[in-house]
Formats: sequence, C-alpha cells, structure tokens
Amino acid sequence: MSDLIETQTTEDPPQYKKKDFMSDQVIRWCPGCGDYSILSQVQTTMANLGLDPHKVAVISGIGCSSRFPYYMNTYGFHTIHGRAPAFATAVKCVNQDLSVWMISGDGDGLSIGGNHTAHILRRNVNLQFLLFNNRIYGLTKGQYSPTSEVGKKTKSTPLGSLDHPFNPLAFALGAGATFMARTADVMPKDMRGVLEAAYHHQGTSFCEIYQNCNIFNDKTFASVVDRKERPENALFVEHGKPMLFSNGTKGIRLNGLKPEVIELGGEYTEADCLVHDETDINMAHMLVHMTHPEFPVPFGVIRRVHRGCYDDALNAQVDQAVEKFGKGDLKSLLHGGNTWIVE
Amino acid sequence: MTKQQSLERRESVTILFAGDSGDGMQLTGTQFTTTSALAGNDLSTFPDFPAEIRAPAGTLAGVSGFQLQISSKNIYTPGDEPDVLVAMNPAALIKSLPRLRTQGTIVVNTDKFKDRELVKAQAESNPLEDGSLDDYFVVPVPLSSLTKTAVKPFGLGAKQADRCKNFFALGITYWLYNRNMQYTRDWIVGKFKAPYADANLACLEAGWSYAETLELLERRYEVPAAQLAPGTYRNITGNEALALGFVAAAVKSEQRLFLGSYPITPASDALHALAKYKHFGVTTFQAEDEIAAVCAAVGASYAGAIGLTTTSGPGLALKGEALGLAVMTELPLIAVNVQRGGPSTGLPTKTEQSDLLQALYGRNGEAPAVVLSASTASECFTMAYEAVRLALHTMGPVVLLTDGYLANGAEPWRLPDVDSLPDLPNRKITENNNPDGDFLPYLRDEDSLARSWAVPGVKGLEHRIGGLEKEENTGNVSYDPANHERMCQIRQEKVDRVANVIPPLDVDGPDDADVLVLGWGSPYGAIRQAVHAARASGQRVAHAHLRYINPFPANTEEVLRRYPKVLVPELNLGQLAKVLRDRYLLDVISLPKIQGLPFKVSEIRAAINEALA
Repeated sequence: MSDLIETQTTEDPPQYKKKDFMSDQVIRWCPGCGDYSILSQVQTTMANLGLDPHKVAVISGIGCSSRFPYYMNTYGFHTIHGRAPAFATAVKCVNQDLSVWMISGDGDGLSIGGNHTAHILRRNVNLQFLLFNNRIYGLTKGQYSPTSEVGKKTKSTPLGSLDHPFNPLAFALGAGATFMARTADVMPKDMRGVLEAAYHHQGTSFCEIYQNCNIFNDKTFASVVDRKERPENALFVEHGKPMLFSNGTKGIRLNGLKPEVIELGGEYTEADCLVHDETDINMAHMLVHMTHPEFPVPFGVIRRVHRGCYDDALNAQVDQAVEKFGKGDLKSLLHGGNTWIVE
Repeated sequence: MTKQQSLERRESVTILFAGDSGDGMQLTGTQFTTTSALAGNDLSTFPDFPAEIRAPAGTLAGVSGFQLQISSKNIYTPGDEPDVLVAMNPAALIKSLPRLRTQGTIVVNTDKFKDRELVKAQAESNPLEDGSLDDYFVVPVPLSSLTKTAVKPFGLGAKQADRCKNFFALGITYWLYNRNMQYTRDWIVGKFKAPYADANLACLEAGWSYAETLELLERRYEVPAAQLAPGTYRNITGNEALALGFVAAAVKSEQRLFLGSYPITPASDALHALAKYKHFGVTTFQAEDEIAAVCAAVGASYAGAIGLTTTSGPGLALKGEALGLAVMTELPLIAVNVQRGGPSTGLPTKTEQSDLLQALYGRNGEAPAVVLSASTASECFTMAYEAVRLALHTMGPVVLLTDGYLANGAEPWRLPDVDSLPDLPNRKITENNNPDGDFLPYLRDEDSLARSWAVPGVKGLEHRIGGLEKEENTGNVSYDPANHERMCQIRQEKVDRVANVIPPLDVDGPDDADVLVLGWGSPYGAIRQAVHAARASGQRVAHAHLRYINPFPANTEEVLRRYPKVLVPELNLGQLAKVLRDRYLLDVISLPKIQGLPFKVSEIRAAINEALA
C-alpha cells in the first residue's frame, strides 16, 4: 500500500529554468561565501537535468550550508544538526519519485552527524549527499572543525587544535560509498559535471565540495583550487583517461604499490601514467589519500560502482510481503492466533 | 492404579514459575497462560526476568520468574502473593520465597540442592532441611533425574536432555490444576523437530503421570471459566497489542505507517511485531541509533507517511530534539515510551512510570506534545490507535507511555469490531489553500488549529520547513518577537484544544465517595481490584484512571474537586501528583512506589485505609 500523491504527467514535460529553482527568500550567507556558487550550480544543474521543482526535496542539517533549502524553490526541510541523513533516508524510502538532495557540512556531516553519514553510505540510499567542506565552524563563529588541520588556532583552540582531521572521502570509502567525487566552489563547470554524475548514479552519491569561508577560514583551499595553482596542484580524474596534470606535462604512475609524480617528455610518456578506473577500490584508496603538497589533489568522480539501493530493497520487501501473504486483512489479523468465544 | 483425588474449586490461583534464565521459565509460564486462557479463565501475567541474557547459572542474579493469576472472576493483576511456587533451583526458591503466601505450595527440584548449587545461591544452609520451609506445603521432586529417565529412549545428550525438565514441571502443574494439555502438545510438535519434540512430549506426559501417582499430592484444584463479556477473545501482551493498534491505524487511514526504531528493552518486541506486518502497509526501519530512528520517523511524516518511533526512557531522552522539530514543523509523529526503571540505564527489565515528566517537559523551548497512557496490555491497542488519531488531528507529536509490566504482561483481550474503529483525520492537501496568492503552509484549521499536510511531490505546493521559528501562515523563517510569542501560544493552544476531542474522565464508584483513587498507566489493575475490595468491605471509594495526560480530559478538575481526598498511586516519586498540584492548585495524596515492581493490591488498600482513617 502506498499513498504516493499522483504526480501530473504530460506528453511534453515543462522545461524549467534556473530561476524556477530560486526561492523568493533573501539569501543570508556572508557576501563572498562559497555557498553562493554551489547554490547557483545546483539550480543550474537541476534545470539542465530537466527536473521538476515539485519532485525535488532538499534536506539539510544545521550550519551555514544547511540554510540551503530555504533558497530553493523546491520542497525543502532544514532539520537537526547532523541528522539530515536519517530524515533523507526516510523521505526517499517513502517517496521514491522524489529526487532527494542532502546538504551537509564538515561539522554537520562528520562531527555531530558522523554516525549517520557512515550509515547512509553503507545503506546506499539513492540520493545526492553534498558535503560542503570549509574546514571550520562558520555559523557558530569560527571554531575548528573535524576537517581542520592539526594546530589550527581558533577561538576554541587558542593554542592550536590537537586532533587529526578527517579525510571525508577516505571516511566515505570506509563506509562503503558507491559514488565519491570531489569538486570546489571555484570550479563551477566541473561542479556541474560532478552534480550531474551524482544525480545519475543509483545510490548515495557522496560529493565533497571544497568551499571557502571568507570570514573565518579564508583561502583554506587556495593553494590547491586557485586558478593559478590549479594546474600544478589539482588532478582532474576521468574514467578511462590517464592521470595527467600541469597541462599534460606531469602524470601519476605507480611505483610498486605507491603513486608517484612523473614528468612526461623525458624518461616517461603518457603510457606510463595510471589510467583512472572508477570501479577499482585500490585506486580509490590511493586517490583519496593523495594530499597536497606531496601530490596534486584529485577532483572529479573518484569512485562509481553499482550496488543495490536501500530504498529499492526496502520497498521490494514490502511488495514481496504483499505478494506472499496478500494485502493484509485487519480482521483476520486481530483474530489470528488462539482465540476463544465467550457466549 | 491411580489414587482418587479430590478436586477442589478455587476462585483464583496465583502461580509463580521460577528458575535459571536458561530453564525456560518464560516459555513454561506462557504455555500455562495460553492453556488457561483457552479454558476460559480471566488471567493476568507478570514475567520478571534479569537484564542479563544468561547470568551465571544458579545465582540469585540469574533467576527468571513468570507469575500469573488465573481466575473464574474478573481480575486485573497477576496476584499479590503466589499460591504455588515451582522452583527449579535453590536461587529461584530463595529469591521467590518472600513473595509466596504462607501455607502455599512449593514444587521444588530437589536434584539441584547439592552443595555447589547452594553456594551459588549464597545459601548458608539447605532450605529443604533447615526448617525454613516449615510454613509451606513442599512437594519435593527430583526433577533433573526424572527428566533424564523420561528422555532416555530418545538418545539426547546430557545437556539437551536436561533442557526438557521445564516440560516435566509443566506436566505436574497441569495435573495440579486439571488442565487440558492438548494446546501444549500441539505447540511442541509444531515447534520442535524430532527427537526433541518426542522428548519434550514424553516429559510433559511423565510430569502429569508422576503427579498423579505421587502420594504427597492429595488435592487438585479447579479454576472454572470466568464470566467474561460475550465476544471473541485472545490472549495478548502489551507490546503485541501496541503493534496491532498501529497496524489498525495504518489500514483504517490507508496511509503508510513508517516505524523508525532502535532495539531497546523492553520496547523491542513492538519493533519485532511490526516488522512482520509489511503486507499491512507497515515499513520498519532499524536505524543506527535512537536519534536516527525518530528523525527517520519525522522524515517519513514529511514525505506523507505516518511516522512512528518506539523506545524506552533512555531512548526518549535522545529523541527530545527531534520531538521538538515535530512540534515546530507541525508534522504528525508518534513516540512510544515503554517505560523501565531509571535514571540512566537503571533497571532495564523492570517496570516504572518515571518518565511522565520527561514526556511532558523533556524538550528545549516551549514544546508541548500530546501525552497518552495505556492502562492495560489490551488497552495498548486502543491507545496506539488514539495516538495516531491525535497525531493526525493536531499535526504534531504524540507521546504514548506504556511500561515494561504492560509490555510483557498478558491478559485476555476481547477483540474490537474492526468496522467500529473511529475514522482517522486526513489533512493532506493537493491544492493551494490560498485563493488570493501563494500557498500558505502554516494556514490553520479554525477548530483544531492544525496546519495542512502538503506532501512533497505535489505541484504548486513547494515550500520549505525547518526548525527555525515560523512566520504565521507563510511558514517563512521569522525572528519577529511578537510572531514568536504568538506562535508559541498557538502551538500550546493547539494541544490544549485536544481536550475537545477526547472522552471525559470516567469515574468507577459513587459521587459521594470519601476518597477518589486517581491513577494512570499500569497500576490500573491493582487500583481497580483494591477499590472494589474496599467497596465490598463497606468503604466509600471511587476510582478514576487517566488515559489522556496532556491535555487532561476537560472534566478532570471537576471530578477531582468532587472528592474530599484524592489518592494518586504511581510507580515513581510522585510525578502525576506534582502535575496535578501545579495544574489545579489541588493537594493530592501521593502514593509513590519505585522498586521496579508493580503495585500490590494490598499496598493500595493500605493507602486507602490510611486516607480514610
């Protein structure tokens, strides 16, 4: 039994534009925040994908990033700190017709909600999980986050933070993610590509988005993502293509079991470079642990494999139960077991 | 050659099966219960077991008990003092003896009273020999060795053979109360494979025959069928009834029911039961923790299902923030708290009513929720259904309180007529509610003050909700001071108005009684029995029982002020008493008990006597 609302279907679905995904609410992020770019790319991507605003649900936790739903002219739910995955899981399970986009941050998704992040990934619920990583707590005004580098001086750590940071993609891989990608607020075109790939993937599409907090943690990723740094310090991976960077003059090869940066043109050619395979778990392990400055930081779709989705399986069990036992009859259920009659 | 035994009639009998956690006492008790139910007795059961799954064998900590009262009259409790104790080892005997009625019967497994077992049970001397059982009628049975002999033909290992001894004990008990063993015979055949089925059957029959030939047992008892109201009955525990109530609500409302839950004693059986009912439109989700469980339930409600979460006290503490979100976003949600002993981990397998204040107030901010309570195992069905009705009526959270005693205890349940279950509200909309402009997600129904339920997927009703304060009608985020005050008042008023759609508080007893006993939850049976006994002895005592605690029924104050004295028994330190004093500036006599055990009838009678003195 299902109470899904019948959605209107027409021969020619209306084509929505980016503005159709923009709500009338005043955006309250700080001027210059990386979130603006992400919002814009998500709205553009949804229009490009031909989504209907009423068939989209944007579910967020708490934090700067989690204000996101208010700015989308879709269905939206700004929930509880860290708990968005639990809400989003149920929303998708109850109404699989919805395109569910989950918004979280490094504090929301990896600190208070780390548990839920792990569990939605292992369940592989069919939705997009966008983790805005700015390596700082913004909404509470600048405490270090679980992705902040060791020794970070903030209001809560005047002598420097002590704890080793999470690597979000390594975390996701450990939790059994079937789709992992990385992009950044300053890479709009690449981000749209990642978001489209995430949408098309069946399962939890985990996207780490490097996002600049110009108030409390300005330029935290600048050494990697700035336009002038990018050629040397970012590696854009693509399935089936060799791993090249620095305008094609450098590549990554495997030396034994370890990745190594090589210069092309002399001893090595493109043929020596590793070819990206989204399905290879060892390559995924290697890529998520390639960090700046030793290596260029990988961007793009790092892992994409097929595994059944939790929401499909859950609803299939319901269908199978109906098939096996017939649609339940309440009276015979109550009268089941050992009954006796008092005259 | 069998002896001639007299068959003595008894109105009520209370039996306590006690043994090691691994001795199968819960199973034995359940078998006796169902057999007695099928014989037409009224009954009430009280399973009492340790939190440890297998505490060290033979120790006091590992004793598992199952008490039941069977009667030819209407009864409401599992009995204050057992008439018969079936004790499988010294620990069970020592732990249960203080509860046994003087002159009561003890069927005891004498094989277990060796030095080693006595040490484990911390017995300084052998109670079978030191005179401590002089006031009782002892039936010594070498249960272990008799069982061993009975199962010899079936080639079981020593350990497997010994596990059959509970059926030997059950056979003895069946003989003692002249019960028909057919139900248990069929159950054994359906449950066990050969040779275990044959071995258990042989033990059951051997137990019966042994009792029949034993010189010691002169008398047998018969408890005739009770005069219950006409109808079809089944035996039911609170957790089972709870699950069926929710299934009934799913079927009647034609909505999907989504349970988000995390295993916790003593609520897990509700999850187990509902997991079996997928073909009734029930979806169960075992979440990664209590918080995810309730958040999933709220998420499901947001997506258009009936969101439900089941838990016990510590779990409810973790769910507080999400309950507040359901208050703020005005989404239907049912949270069941099968209360257990607290605080903290407390007494997980013992019963208590100490989460009333948590249910009423345990959230940040002004976060009113409807709070309901079930009084009996079978009433868990009715109140589960009511919880769904009121969650849909208010578009908000409802906390339903039961407890470990109701959850695991069983009683005969007269099955309701499915067609007479009340209709459930449907607040779903598919069209814009505002002819003059944009859709208003927080526009309210004038009577109930509930908002509509605009489920994602409907074209034209796109809107955003969340935990931030809402502007009236539009639901947009608002920090306006006057708006916040108004919204807090509206959310409170919405819950207060539930008093208009719930039944008044009924009183059992005369208007001019000297004392009103006002209860809530599982002490219902003990209170009812105590009040009836008091009236039978000429005392003027009335009984009222609250099923609706927030809000109280509209006539509650009028009822309370009718009586010179109001006695409030509850299994906590006086939480309802505190709420009543706060609400009505009315002093009540609090009767608290907080031992992890239900009230005895005698305890309530003593308090009534004191109030009348």
